[in-house]
Amino acid sequence: MIKLFKIAIRNLIRYKRRALLTSTMVAIGVLFVLVFIAASGSFKNLMIGEITDSMLGHIQVHKRGYMASIDSLPLTLNLNAKAIKKLEIAIKEIPEIEAYSPRIKFGGMFSNFVESSNIKVNGVYPEKEIASIPLFLSRISKGERVIKKGEILIPELLATGLKIKVRDAVVIIATNRDGSVNGKQFKVGGIIKSVTGPGGRDGYVHIEDAMEILRMDKLEISEVAVRVKDFSKLDSVKTSLNRMLSKNLNKQGKPVFDVRTWEKLSPFYNIARMIDVMTIFIKIMLIAIVLISITNVMIMAVYERIREIGTIAAIGTMPEKILSLFLIEGLSLGVTGVIVGNLLAFIVVFLMNIIEITFNFGRQTGFILAPELKAGDILFVSAVVIIVSVLAALQPAFKASKMEPVEALRHV
Amino acid sequence: MSLIIAKNLSKTYHSGEIEVHALKSLSFEIKPGSFISFIGPSGSGKTTLLNLIGCLDKPTSGSLKVANVLTSDLTRREAAAFRGENLGFIFQDFNLIPVLTVFENVEYPLLIVQNVPARKRRERVISLLDKVGMKDQMNKFPDQISGGQKQRVAVARALVSNPRLVLADEPTANLDSKTAFMVIDIMKKMRDEFGVTFLFSTHDPKIVGEVETLFTLEDGMLSSRLDGEGGNND
Repeated sequence: MIKLFKIAIRNLIRYKRRALLTSTMVAIGVLFVLVFIAASGSFKNLMIGEITDSMLGHIQVHKRGYMASIDSLPLTLNLNAKAIKKLEIAIKEIPEIEAYSPRIKFGGMFSNFVESSNIKVNGVYPEKEIASIPLFLSRISKGERVIKKGEILIPELLATGLKIKVRDAVVIIATNRDGSVNGKQFKVGGIIKSVTGPGGRDGYVHIEDAMEILRMDKLEISEVAVRVKDFSKLDSVKTSLNRMLSKNLNKQGKPVFDVRTWEKLSPFYNIARMIDVMTIFIKIMLIAIVLISITNVMIMAVYERIREIGTIAAIGTMPEKILSLFLIEGLSLGVTGVIVGNLLAFIVVFLMNIIEITFNFGRQTGFILAPELKAGDILFVSAVVIIVSVLAALQPAFKASKMEPVEALRHV
Repeated sequence: MSLIIAKNLSKTYHSGEIEVHALKSLSFEIKPGSFISFIGPSGSGKTTLLNLIGCLDKPTSGSLKVANVLTSDLTRREAAAFRGENLGFIFQDFNLIPVLTVFENVEYPLLIVQNVPARKRRERVISLLDKVGMKDQMNKFPDQISGGQKQRVAVARALVSNPRLVLADEPTANLDSKTAFMVIDIMKKMRDEFGVTFLFSTHDPKIVGEVETLFTLEDGMLSSRLDGEGGNND
């Protein structure tokens, strides 16, 4: 077998320019795919991290039916004290959960006594919110990075539109679940940047202030944001939480709780999926490049060496050895392309990390792309290219092995 | 005991709707250790006959036994194995593998076809290259040696697997007279040393004088057989 490799390699070297061109094409394909996977993976992880760590959390739990009516932020679909207790017990029993943050969400009118607009108010426990959404404080662009009682963090959009500054007085007016309208005056504690773009109208107050506006005697919450310790175990944590909570049924016999991961909560999930789909298409393009270039070069190799094939067949070389000889040539082209492509990919990714390419997403600026080559991706891409290289050589190799020696020797 | 027994051997080709009778009911026997040439004009069937004896092609009718094996009945794989074990080939254009050195070209049948251990391979290849006077050139590639040297390498390659029969189709056609005689001389010496049968086709009247048995082919039929050095009348 070593001798067959030696012959195959020498045959490739015989047509240096052609072999070099084919291997280069394969190498460029491998380089492009690996760098794309590394860069798009980095972009995706940055975005997912930004969305989950600044706003959503990894998992959210609501009362069943709440998500269907989320646009109206229905207070009638809040979780009551009994349900909150059960939820907290379930959360504490799952060691993979790092933190959780209960939230009261409601819509209201926001006024600076001159103009008014609508606002989505989030009542939160500051410590729990920061533990569950660690980038939350980094969103506060002006003012102190805290949520104090009697203060409100208002979205940048409203601050700009209504010309409101930190420490100005504002008033929130909202309707509670019984239909009574209540209001409360706040001091603006800070201005908060939106994660998802210019449409963000989310303001933040202390949960006790939210209860006061809504005149809640007992705590009722709209959602609980959950943070897991290891993001790769997200699905298993969701399954565990779902299993524990599914025992709680409502009067209709349906589960009380609705557990969702960030994927079901953010439209960015579709962008993330688009990136995955694009990656698949780029991999298919790589396969096509390898398939076409190696098949082409191997067909030429067989055609140019018909008499040589006739000679070795006449000498007594078995058809399977002739097949192997040409398959090894295809394999060698693929392996060379993979090795060179991987090396180039390492260099390019290394340079990208040194250069620190920055980009903006929505209203967030200065994200630094940190591409990373993962062993799994390298192995997968390399294996696919090598397998496709052998498959590409299969038809020409098969043709060579099936040649009648007498016909091949007659070939001019 | 004959090495080759041909009985009513015929070969017909189809070229479109036209039938070409390349060989017409040939019958002959060849003893082991012979040094034989088939002569005849172009299209007389020399190459077709060598192809049949060399298991590279199959007869349309008749039977052909080589080394006691009915080769006309062999499958493609069996024929390949038979060639590898029993036959050696020398071609008009030498047909050395250009990416292999002289040594590796001669080694090829032992390595790829017969799987002989490395040490034995080396001994056998060097011994043969020495006998054909190519030991000094063994690390050169075919494009670095002359035509005569190439054919000497081809003779060594044909003999390296200890075949019972070596078939050569116009082995001297691309060589000058001096080199042609040298190659024929080497082939005869190899026959004398190893007892292997040499069977070749030629056009060259000067070479004909060197053979021991001469078959003349005309229009696919054996027209004469001459035995003895230089082909005396039988």
